[in-house]
This record gives sequence, C-alpha cells and structure tokens, in this order.
Amino acid sequence: MNLKLKIWRQPNKEAKGKFEVYEVEATPEMSFLEMLDVLNDQIIEEKGNPIAFEHDCREGICGTCSMVINGQPHGPMGLTTTCQLHMRHFKDGDTIVIEPFRATAFPVLKDLVVDRDSFDRIIQSGGFVSVGTGQAPDGNSILIEQEVAKDAFDAASCIGCGACVAACPNASAMLFVSAKVAHLAYLPQGQVEASKRVKRMVHQMDREGFGNCSNTYACEAECPKGISVENIAKMNREYFSSVIGSQKK
Amino acid sequence: MIKLDAKIPEGSLAEKWKKYKSSIDLVAPNNKRKLEVIVVGTGLAGASAAASLAELGYKVKAFTFHDSPRRAHSIAAQGGINAAKNYQNDGDSVYRLFYDTIKGGDYRSREANVYRLAEVSANIIDQCVAQGVPFAREYGGTLDNRSFGGVQVSRTFYARGQTGQQLLIGAYQALSRQVSLGNVEMYNRHEMLDLVMVENKARGIVTRNLLTGELKSHAAHCVVLATGGYGNVYYLSTNAMNCNVSAAWRAARRGAAMANPCFCQIHPTCIPVSGTYQSKLTLMSESLRNDGRVWVPKKMEDVEAIREGSKKPTDIPEDDRDYYLERKYPAFGNLVPRDVASRAAKDVCDEGRGVNKTGLAVYLDFEDAIHRYGKAEAYSAGKDSEDGELVRKLGTKVVEAKYGNLFEIYEKITGDNPYVTPMRIYPAIHYTMGGLWVDYNLETTLPGLFCIGEANFSDHGANRLGASALMQGLADGYFVLPYTIGSFLSKEIKTPAITDDSSEFKRVIEEVKTRLENLLAVKGDRSVDSFHRELGLIIWDYCGMSRNEEGLKKGRKLLKELKKEFYSNVFVPGEMNEYNPELEKASRVADFFELGELMIVDALHREESCGGHFREESQTEDNEAKRDDENYTYVAAWEWKGEEEPLLHKEPLEFENVELKTRSYK
Repeated sequence: MNLKLKIWRQPNKEAKGKFEVYEVEATPEMSFLEMLDVLNDQIIEEKGNPIAFEHDCREGICGTCSMVINGQPHGPMGLTTTCQLHMRHFKDGDTIVIEPFRATAFPVLKDLVVDRDSFDRIIQSGGFVSVGTGQAPDGNSILIEQEVAKDAFDAASCIGCGACVAACPNASAMLFVSAKVAHLAYLPQGQVEASKRVKRMVHQMDREGFGNCSNTYACEAECPKGISVENIAKMNREYFSSVIGSQKK
Repeated sequence: MIKLDAKIPEGSLAEKWKKYKSSIDLVAPNNKRKLEVIVVGTGLAGASAAASLAELGYKVKAFTFHDSPRRAHSIAAQGGINAAKNYQNDGDSVYRLFYDTIKGGDYRSREANVYRLAEVSANIIDQCVAQGVPFAREYGGTLDNRSFGGVQVSRTFYARGQTGQQLLIGAYQALSRQVSLGNVEMYNRHEMLDLVMVENKARGIVTRNLLTGELKSHAAHCVVLATGGYGNVYYLSTNAMNCNVSAAWRAARRGAAMANPCFCQIHPTCIPVSGTYQSKLTLMSESLRNDGRVWVPKKMEDVEAIREGSKKPTDIPEDDRDYYLERKYPAFGNLVPRDVASRAAKDVCDEGRGVNKTGLAVYLDFEDAIHRYGKAEAYSAGKDSEDGELVRKLGTKVVEAKYGNLFEIYEKITGDNPYVTPMRIYPAIHYTMGGLWVDYNLETTLPGLFCIGEANFSDHGANRLGASALMQGLADGYFVLPYTIGSFLSKEIKTPAITDDSSEFKRVIEEVKTRLENLLAVKGDRSVDSFHRELGLIIWDYCGMSRNEEGLKKGRKLLKELKKEFYSNVFVPGEMNEYNPELEKASRVADFFELGELMIVDALHREESCGGHFREESQTEDNEAKRDDENYTYVAAWEWKGEEEPLLHKEPLEFENVELKTRSYK
C-alpha cells in the first residue's frame, strides 16, 4: 500500500517546527512503527536525517511510544498503543498526519519526541508506599478482596505514556495522577499515607503546568490501557476528604 | 590475568547465607553517607538495588538510557514470579525451588547461589505486597498461585498477564521515594559507554547524554551493572528494541570475565515472524501452556491444505492431530521446560509440518480448556453442562479472565481471534543465561564492579525456568546485593570521595569519543539496522536452537566478514552532539559483533548439549540432549583478549547436595 505521511519535524526544543511530506510503501502486516522504520531506512539511504520517535518494547507495555496519528494519540484504534497499531487498519492511498504529543508540560525535544519528566516528578512527590526493603509482613497477613484487588490492578495498569494529557483539550494530567492515587488508595497497604499522598501529588501536578479537568473524558477514550475516569472521581473524593476531613492531617 | 574465586561461604547449604549475613563486615551509618554507588540500569534488579542501597544510607547515582526509570524491559514480563511460599500446601519448599532451578538449569549453575535465591524468594513477595503490587487473589483474599513449566507445584504469583509491569512499577516507586528524599541522584537518558578503572578498582563510568550527545564521567566508590541481557544480538528477539550488551561488554573489555555466553534461552511460545521488515518478536506468556495444547497435523496433506488456506485448523479431526509434547513427554506434557518445548517445535517444523506460510509455526490450542472450564462453570452454577453453546460461552469467560490481555495482544498483531482459532506460535530468543561472571558477592572479576539481574550469569545455569527471571532480578536487588556490597565497601570507609579529575577518567572519555567519531566517520552506504539484521541471522542460523561444529565455524567466518564490512561501509547520519538514535544503535551493534563472536567461541568449545545449548554432535539415540558431566561440569568464564583468541578460565561446579541426573521430562 502507498501512503502519504505528513510528519512534524522540529530539530530541537527551541526551534520552530513544521510538517514535511513523505511517501512510503507499506504492507498490511506491518506495525505502524515498522512502517516508520521503513521510511527511516529510505531517508538514511538518501543520506537524510531520519525522523526521531521514541519506542522500546513494541508490545504495548513500556509506555515509551507516543505520537498523535490523524489527531488521535496512539492513532485510531481503541485500547492500542502506537507500537501495537498495524497498517491493516489503513487504506492504500491514505494520507496520515503524525505529530508529537502536545502539552505545555511535555515540551517537544525533537520531531516526535517529547519530555515527560513531569510524570516522574509527580510520582516522586508521593506515588508510593513508604516501606523499606525488609520491613514487610507476610504477604498473606494482608487479605484483599478479589474485587478490590481488581480495581487496584485496573488503576495500576497505567503505562505512563501521557496519551491522556495529549488527548485532553486542557492538557490535564488528572487521569494519570488519579490512576496512581486510586491504585494505592484502594489497597489497605496504601491507606496510611493516602491523605498526604493525594495532596502532594495534586500539588505537584499543578506545579508542572498541567491544565485542569473539565470532564470531557477524552483521556479515557484515548487511553491505550482503558484507565477509567472513575479514578478521577475517586481522586477528587480522596482529595476533598484530605483537605476538609475531620482528622488531623 | 583473571583468577576465579567464587567465595562460597563454608558450611552446609542451608546455613551458608545465614552465616554469611551474620558474619559479613558492616558499614556504619555515618560511613554509608560518605560512600557513593553507581547503579546502571533501572529494571527490576537496578531499581530495587538503587532503592534498597539508598534506604541503607549509601549515596546512589542511578542511570538509565530511557526517558524514565519506569520503562525497562522487565516491564514486559507477563507470567509471574516464583517464590517458595508453599501457600498451596502442595509440598513446595526452599529446597524444592532450589532443586527445580538446579535441575531446570541442567546442572550448570552454582548450588550456593541458587539456594540463596530460593531462600530469599519468599521475602520478595512480602516486600512487593507491602509496596502495593496488586497480585491476583483468591476468593478469601489470600494470594493466588499458578503453575509454570518445568515444575510440579504451584508457586507462581502473578498480576494478570502483567506481573513484570506491576513489580517494576513497585520498584520504580520505591526508587522514586528515594529520589524525592535526595538519596538517589537520577540520570535519565544517559547511556553508559564505558567503565573507568582506577588502581584496579571500578570507580566510575562514562555516559553519553542521549539528548545532547554530551560525554561525561561519573565517579563513585563502586559500580553496579544491572543492564539486562544480550538477546538482541539476534536482532529479532522478544527483548525491547533498545536492549543491548554495551555496558556489560565494555566491562568485559576492561577485564571482567564473561561467563557461558552461549547459554541463551529460546522461548517456545512467541508470535511467528511474518515479514522481512519485522523489528521484533512478541512473546506469548508461557503460562498459556497451562491450558493450551501444542499440536501440528499428522498428515502432510493437511499441512499443505492449511498453508494454502483450503483447510482451517479447526477442520482437522482430533485423530489427525499430533499433540507432540504430550506424546513425547507424557509426565510433563505441554509443561516441559522451555528448551525442550522449543526444540520439539523446531523438530516438527524441520519435518515440514509447520503450519504457516513460512513453515515455521505450530498451534497452541485452547479449545479443550474452554470446554473443560465451561463445563465446570455450568455445573457449579446449576446450569446444563451438556449445552455446548453455553459451555463454550462460560469457558471462554474463564479463559478470558486468565489470559485476556495475552489474547488481545495476539489478536492485535495477527488479526486472528484465538478464542475461535488456535494461536500460531514459534520459538524466539528471549533471555540470556550467560553474562558477566560473578562470585557469591555478585562481584565480577574486577574489584568494585558488581553485576545483578539478567546481566550476570549466576543462577539459571544453561536454562532458566519460567517466572524465575523476575525472582532473580528482585532477589539480587532487594535482598542480596545490599548485604554483599558491604564486602567491598566495608574496606573503603577511609577512601575519600572519588572524583573524576584523574587521568584515568580523562583517558576513557577520550577513548569513547574516538570510538563514536570513528563510527560517524565511516560514511558508507549501509544502515546500521541492515548490519544488525544480518548479524542476527548469522547468530540465529549457526548459534541458535541447534549448533554444530561446522556451522559454528562458518558462522564465525561470516561474522568476521560482516564486521569488517561494518567498519568500512556503515552509514551513521547526524552528529555526535545531538539526539542521534542511529549513533546509539551503531555503537551497540559494534559491541554485539564482539559479543556474538564470543558466543560462537563458547558454543564451539562446549562439546556437550545442556539446557539451551544443543550441540548436534552430542545427542541420545532418541535425539534428546546429551550432557557430558565428566568434561563440562564447569562455568566457562572468558577473558577478552582483543584481536587474540579469548582465554578460557574454568570454575568447576561442585554438587554436594544434588545428584547429577539426566534431565528427563518423559
């Protein structure tokens, strides 16, 4: 299949970027990134400057790959990262527009590569249980209902890719932050620090320059792991009870 | 000249680690604050080590080439993590886990290390639960287990099909906590390109900032490598695209012995190759073999009909299917260890019975499991267990709950629905048991250089059992290295802070710079990837699932020719001082050439079959691997000699607690 690609090129953080047009020959079995590999091979053969994009595991779990494909983070297929998207979902003759994730808190570093360090800093602000190595009681001394374990797992399956931010008209990170808050708040192990955690993480999120949530649910729709906006509701409850709760905090 | 001293503590097997822990020299808290440790890699081993060392009070600098420490390839492990908890009351014990691991490794690993691994395995589960890792639970709220290939107890803990992800996020969060407390200085997007030795001690590394291209040296009292395996030497593997051997290989070039490099694990259940553009292979968790049955058609006419598309696998009647694992290995059936399952798949495909266009695929079929589970569900819900449609529906639900995400991955990649038609699978390189040689302290032959996780060679012998990689990575990082690193650091408490202004650091930076400039200066005509693909094919064809003398010699010759061409015809675009993934790849592929050659040398010298290493010259009458305990019960630790032949050092393996037996799964 013949494809026309309009790809965002930007040499570095400071430079102004622009779209450039490429043509590439793909097959339906290829993954989207393999199609870009083929294009880069072509560019290298012509001694050009290959397109920078991030990727690693290519099995949809590391969260490294990003890019906005035809206006959608990770492309048109639901519950699919860019690396798991295959060309059989496109047609011969299609024009595909490829851009980086765009958000103030995710500055573009080169072409399709963005800086997502802000996510790390949010986790560092409180997205953990403070338990040192060797301090743990026997695993079965903490009983957890199957349903609770399931809810915690669903929230914990976030891959930290940032598609939620890229999808949000306000570039809000509420889905990412709430997934971590909820994962740990569901579990008894996370209860002790729950109140401190949610305040700190929300505070850090605001400091990073992410926008506010206006309930468009675009984040959930584009999340390749199907993280639910219910986590945002859970985080809001946690937050309110931590700020106005009667306990001494 | 390298001298191997495994430093195995005295005493009975069960007492060694206990005694060691109570007799090792400690470092007082006020001194820990003055001692710096560099940890390279932030996968399970690296992140858990960096967090644990920082908790102890050491000053830690942690490095990853990823944009975040949460992305290492440990994240992709699906199936689970073993631990000798015996929660299922099915007869598991530390000894049994130890024994299974030694046997599974085909008696080519060190007893003392493996026993210690089994001992600390239970602590890992406790630690991860306390961190909030959402393991699967039983109805009563206790932890659930499943069984895995090569063993007869259920000791595998899991979090759906994403166990590696959940464990890594747990370790990442522990690491993040230490970063926030100022105990760990985190360097993202920094790739280690060399090791710096000062007065015969590992005192630092040279990194390249992958965003700016800046080369910089970092100094510390000791260095820990947690940089993973070298499976990507094969180009197509289940490893992530950026996995590489460079950190470990650079250490090898500085004098660290590389042990058993030819021991590579070929995983039996991966999605088969579909085209030449293919960039990587995707694993389907081994846990699928609990419920999936592996088969190919008995008749060649059926094989051909399937390839042409005139027949579907579901059209083949039961009697015309060859469930070859169940036939050949009735005791373990579909749950034989990975090396045995992989070779059996290769055998049936070599016979011409492979079921896709390339002839390199076998079926993994869930129809039986769907039926079995469906019947049980219908029965327990008081519904009609003879109603075929209902049974199918209920059974599908059970299978979905167990393996849903794996089935999704499969469907995304192949476009086939595995609930309806059997999966097609084929073996692919997955894990490397070989790695830097380490002693009981996990210290390499270079003083002050430690190596943990997949990057070292220590625990899996010639074959790793399923769900043991996560166990080893976390055991090393959480519970072993934090103790054993004291063996070195307790002698360093009077050493002032190491700085990077000595001539050694400057020299190594210059060497790295020259190396990269040389790659950029070739300006040839072929892309780095094209060389990597060709290298991978050479290693796969001649040093893959099955090896023989003639092939290995031919492979080595082809590799040398290709390496020569690489240095005269590779084209690396761009500059040194910029974000340049092609340059990163070129420097990694350059190291893969040297490692690849050493793998061949190692495979050639080991004239026996053991675990993942199958030498065609050494097989039994019924084509099973034939070990040669008399001549090869040792670790082959290689000293790199540059242009000269690598030098072999042997660490004899002494088995005081298990009897060496032919590994039979029949």
